[in-house]
Amino acid sequence: MDDAKLDALGQTIVSALPGAAIGHSVAFNQLTVDVEVSKIVEVVKYLRDDPNCRFINFTDITAADYPSREKRFDVIYHFLSPTLNARVRLKAQADETTQVPSLIEVFPGADWFEREAYDLYGVIFVGHPDMRRLLTDYGFEGHPLRKDFPTTGFLEVRYDDQEKRVVYEPVRLNQEFRKFDFLSPWEGADYPVLPGDEKAGPKV
Amino acid sequence: MNEQPEQLRNFTINFGPQHPAAHGVLRLVLELDGEVVARVDPHIGLLHRGTEKLIEQKTYLQAIPYFDRLDYVAPMNQEHAFCMAAEKLLGIEVPRRAQLIRVLYCEIGRILSHLLNVTTQAMDVGALTPPLWGFEEREKLMVFYERASGSRMHAAYFRVGGVHQDLPQKLVDDIDAWCDPFLKVVEDLDRLLTANRIFKQRNVDIGVVSLKEAWEWGFSGVMVRGSGAAWDLRKSQPYECYAEMDFDIPIGKNGDCYDRYLIRMEEMRQSVRIMKQCIQKLNAADGKGPVVVEDNKVAPPRRGEMKRSMEALIHHFKLYTEGVHVPAGEVYAAVEAPKGEFGVFLISDGTNKPYKCKIRAPGFAHLQAMDHICRGHLLADVSAILGSLDIVFGEVDR
Repeated sequence: MDDAKLDALGQTIVSALPGAAIGHSVAFNQLTVDVEVSKIVEVVKYLRDDPNCRFINFTDITAADYPSREKRFDVIYHFLSPTLNARVRLKAQADETTQVPSLIEVFPGADWFEREAYDLYGVIFVGHPDMRRLLTDYGFEGHPLRKDFPTTGFLEVRYDDQEKRVVYEPVRLNQEFRKFDFLSPWEGADYPVLPGDEKAGPKV
Repeated sequence: MNEQPEQLRNFTINFGPQHPAAHGVLRLVLELDGEVVARVDPHIGLLHRGTEKLIEQKTYLQAIPYFDRLDYVAPMNQEHAFCMAAEKLLGIEVPRRAQLIRVLYCEIGRILSHLLNVTTQAMDVGALTPPLWGFEEREKLMVFYERASGSRMHAAYFRVGGVHQDLPQKLVDDIDAWCDPFLKVVEDLDRLLTANRIFKQRNVDIGVVSLKEAWEWGFSGVMVRGSGAAWDLRKSQPYECYAEMDFDIPIGKNGDCYDRYLIRMEEMRQSVRIMKQCIQKLNAADGKGPVVVEDNKVAPPRRGEMKRSMEALIHHFKLYTEGVHVPAGEVYAAVEAPKGEFGVFLISDGTNKPYKCKIRAPGFAHLQAMDHICRGHLLADVSAILGSLDIVFGEVDR
């Protein structure tokens, strides 16, 4: 589908669902529709059942974290229409307490994708019958894909030969976590001194 | 004998994480009513390595090797999806020779994956010979991987803008010479399995998925083709030079394990067909040329140039420390991986590292339907169904 057709499709969707679909945009030959988070089920039902859309293949649910925003999460849905041979992306904003309606009644395949988004980002889905953690360890705390979660995590595990079991301990790094920032000061780095320059202070 | 059993209780067993038919580190909690499966609860995440978190900390070049470690049976197909996503954001066109090499190696990856799946699924239902025959061919294919990239499995061969190095002519000729004898091996496997009575008893009408279910559960690839949809991203949304390749899409009628097996067998033959066309085009005059874009803001300059030209040296240094700056934007790129639609959803904020990289693995969507497909089947069917879903835990757990 070319951009003009996608744009027309986006306009159809937005005008058919006033208050639920807020706006649309086409970039890189892909259609994105912004959605009001509480109306997501209505939008998805329309996309699935409307004869001009037929987005019957569920592809993906994920989230993206922007901690500086008031509503920090984008919940992002992807659907595919084999009839139109087109994809659509839905985007809804949510924060840590927003109750996002679950899609599981419309698409059973949303099951694990919602559990994963809850596990890794802490997006709360309501109406999901079995909301447990999916990918992380049994008894894990925190949501690792949030931007404020450290890459090293908080706990480490090892097998203790005396206790004959696996023990959890706070992470102990034997050397400083190696995170290199190669953004050059000419192209967007926002720190006032270059890393390492602070060592070259005035000689005493 | 006269007392009634007061309470019949379902029996719960653990299948895995260390079970030869679990294809890796799957833990299935099975609730059994006699020998009939009443509920399946897959516990995944035992191989979770936080790939998506790690990619956010790395430059685009450093992120590529992580994709080999997802579906480690067909590594290059995944690199392909990531490179395509970054290329879309950068707005660059891959040179023709690089496209042909990519397609050639993606088809090798498809055969690698299907060979492993078909033969080990046969092992799960009781046949021992197929894996022995199949793995011999896989070994030869891995040597082709090694001769192109230096590594048998974790190739890290694709680059944003092309591939890392050109193929030597001898390698192209050797791949060509491998094609026809391989069709004979497929023929042998076919004779071993397709009409085999035990194999059919274990697979026909097992794990039936209707087309409607397949779409709404998020299935893709062989799983929807087995249920009767002529849907293949290589045909319907052609990427690279798939549009000019001549090949057929096999589809099933019944949506059971046996149909999926037949499709995988036929796809291997079609892959060989595509590989032959690639080799022919690589040997033609317009198949020669650069294998990566010439733009030194994206791909490093040649080594000889780098040794002499100051500008090339600076480009080289900047690319291997700072990396490529990818323009801000959001893009979803999908390829037809052997197991289904492998997608990468990339958000770039204009710096040298991805802001977010969601990996949409086909196996993840397939495995979640285990409960739905297995209910009412016998315990022994669980391993047959699991085998025909084609699960690899690298990509499910990420």
